[in-house]
Amino acid sequence: MSQDIYIVVEHLRGQVADISYVMLAAARELSKGTGGNVVAVLLGHEAQSLAGNLAADKVLYIDHPALADFSSDAYQKVLSVLISKEQPRVTLFGSTSIGTDIASVLSIRLGFPLVSSCRSFSTDGKFVSQICGGKIMAEGELPSPTALVTMVPGGYKPEQGQSAQAPAVTQVESPVLDALRVSLAKYIEPEPGDIDIAKEPILIAVGRGIQNQDNLELANSLAEALGGVVCGSRPVIDQGWLATSRLVGKSGKHVKPKIYLAMGISGAPEHTEAITDSDTIIAINTDPKAPIFNIAKYGTESDIFDLVEVLTNKVKEAKGG
Amino acid sequence: MNVAVLVKLVPDLVEELTVDASGVALDTAWLRLIINEFDDHAIEQGVLLKERSGCQLTIVAPDVEGVDDLLFTASAKGADKLIKIKGDFNGVNNHALARAAAAVIKELHPDLVITGVQANNDLDGSVGPLLAECLGMPYVGYVSGITLSEGKSRARKEYPGGLIAEMDVILPAVLGIQAAEQPPRYVAVSKVRQVMKTASIEEQSAPALEPSGGPTIGRMFQPEAAAHATMITGSADEVATKLVGIFKELGVL
Ligand SMILES: Cc1cc2nc3c(=O)[nH]c(=O)nc-3n(C[C@H](O)[C@H](O)[C@H](O)COP(=O)(O)OP(=O)(O)OC[C@H]3O[C@@H](n4cnc5c(N)ncnc54)[C@H](O)[C@@H]3O)c2cc1C
Ligand SMILES: Nc1ncnc2c1ncn2[C@@H]1O[C@H](COP(=O)(O)O)[C@@H](O)[C@H]1O
Repeated sequence: MSQDIYIVVEHLRGQVADISYVMLAAARELSKGTGGNVVAVLLGHEAQSLAGNLAADKVLYIDHPALADFSSDAYQKVLSVLISKEQPRVTLFGSTSIGTDIASVLSIRLGFPLVSSCRSFSTDGKFVSQICGGKIMAEGELPSPTALVTMVPGGYKPEQGQSAQAPAVTQVESPVLDALRVSLAKYIEPEPGDIDIAKEPILIAVGRGIQNQDNLELANSLAEALGGVVCGSRPVIDQGWLATSRLVGKSGKHVKPKIYLAMGISGAPEHTEAITDSDTIIAINTDPKAPIFNIAKYGTESDIFDLVEVLTNKVKEAKGG
Repeated sequence: MNVAVLVKLVPDLVEELTVDASGVALDTAWLRLIINEFDDHAIEQGVLLKERSGCQLTIVAPDVEGVDDLLFTASAKGADKLIKIKGDFNGVNNHALARAAAAVIKELHPDLVITGVQANNDLDGSVGPLLAECLGMPYVGYVSGITLSEGKSRARKEYPGGLIAEMDVILPAVLGIQAAEQPPRYVAVSKVRQVMKTASIEEQSAPALEPSGGPTIGRMFQPEAAAHATMITGSADEVATKLVGIFKELGVL
């Protein structure tokens, strides 16, 4: 048993993911309360250099060829040995494609309680998680004596978890990793988009509230009038109404336009985590409680189908006049 | 091949959500439960696998209000077998659900189990990986496509920015579905009604629910926004005029 706070470093193809730095910042907060160290756990192959700017007191590095790319089975094997031996007070994982593949499995395997979708902590060991698409928060004491946690972004800035000074790295021996049940066959690169929405200054974003593909014409006309580009939330892309290259969010692109005009988007965390760098967010949503209004600068409860056409005409007038 | 889909019901976020008098749970009096959106995708993926490879498709769901409709709808889409797990699942966490479902699903001797990658009320991890470990199977989540071959599956796993990793996963396995290969199909209510007359729901009892492994909630609340949007009100015409003013201020008009 220790008072240390562990974070499992997430990286993909030679790049540390921002959530790793968010977790380091969170771990620092928790360590103030426990008095333990912030320990970053890095799994990989010839990947030690990734430890360079982690704001950790110590890095445990496990190198194995089977860890060159993420395999849930391999990560679970390594981490179950390490965590059951060291019993850190808290271990943080990303609430991501990597972290959620391992945290729940370890909770059952090790019998350690798990808290998911955690956004922030207080120094005295309370967690705050967000559920119900960002509409409800749940707060509680971190389970003791050992807890596993998956973290969403938003509570800490990645810069808080970066350091100019390289941390001390200790290499830890990997357990045997053979007969893995999960392994990478190959990567498929994203299709090159017609347009890179990450670079566009004016984005008109449509969500499920647009109802069907024909109605996308409303967004197209407004975008054309304003000189902007149309993008969308996941349900719109999953329906095939817009190309995958136009997806904004956790599984799509992070955007940082001057104006992000969201219509019929509720503001689920998986969407909003990718738009907070926008200069000005404007939201059109008939639900006054939609979480999108909590991050938008301007909002209106007007109905898309009453407002957008009128708006487009007024924009055209303003341009013409 | 046997494919099982585990499904759960979650609060409909379109409805007003309120916290009950205890302060630590949602008020169920006002709650409408609907199928977890990602479980709906899991059902679709299961039906697609059945259409492609002729597997036996079983849908498993805990006994909560609305579950019969959900199961009959899945049957109308093509599921072969429907199982309802008996027990008091209201407010039960995912650790308990996963353990109960594992006991039922084990008996089906599945080659593949699929479930939604997450649900909007998860607080103790998602049910897929918890279930996988209870069954001693490997798990891969964020999946948006599956190909089955002898003893093996290939899963399209999503990473941020549109990157896909094709993962080889030895069967039997549990896969967490982010999106089916095509949007969930629609079935007419009349077809569901028809199915209700012929299809049957098997009821299975699970061992006592065992929720250890989740957190205890001390307080549940609606987020107090640090800064709420400045709301623009009025008729569509008035709102549009004000928005044009904002566009001008921001220098895009
Ligand atoms: C692992 C994972 C990754 C994900 N990645 C992403 C991602 O990259 N991007 C993403 O967007 N989502 C992602 N999601 C999905 C996310 O959780 C939400 O389900 C999704 O963002 C909701 O999209 P939406 O806001 O368009 O739809 P909804 O949440 O259904 O919201 C529709 C909104 O439209 C409003 N509305 C309806 N009619 C009108 C009208 N006439 N006028 C005005 N407003 C109206 C409603 O009030 C509602 O708020 C991911 C989910 C998971 C589990
Ligand atoms: N106009 C809308 N307003 C709010 N929610 C919607 C709207 N259209 C679709 N949805 C949501 O999307 C879900 C599936 O809708 P559908 O597009 O009809 O399959 C519904 O249960 C709602 O949660």
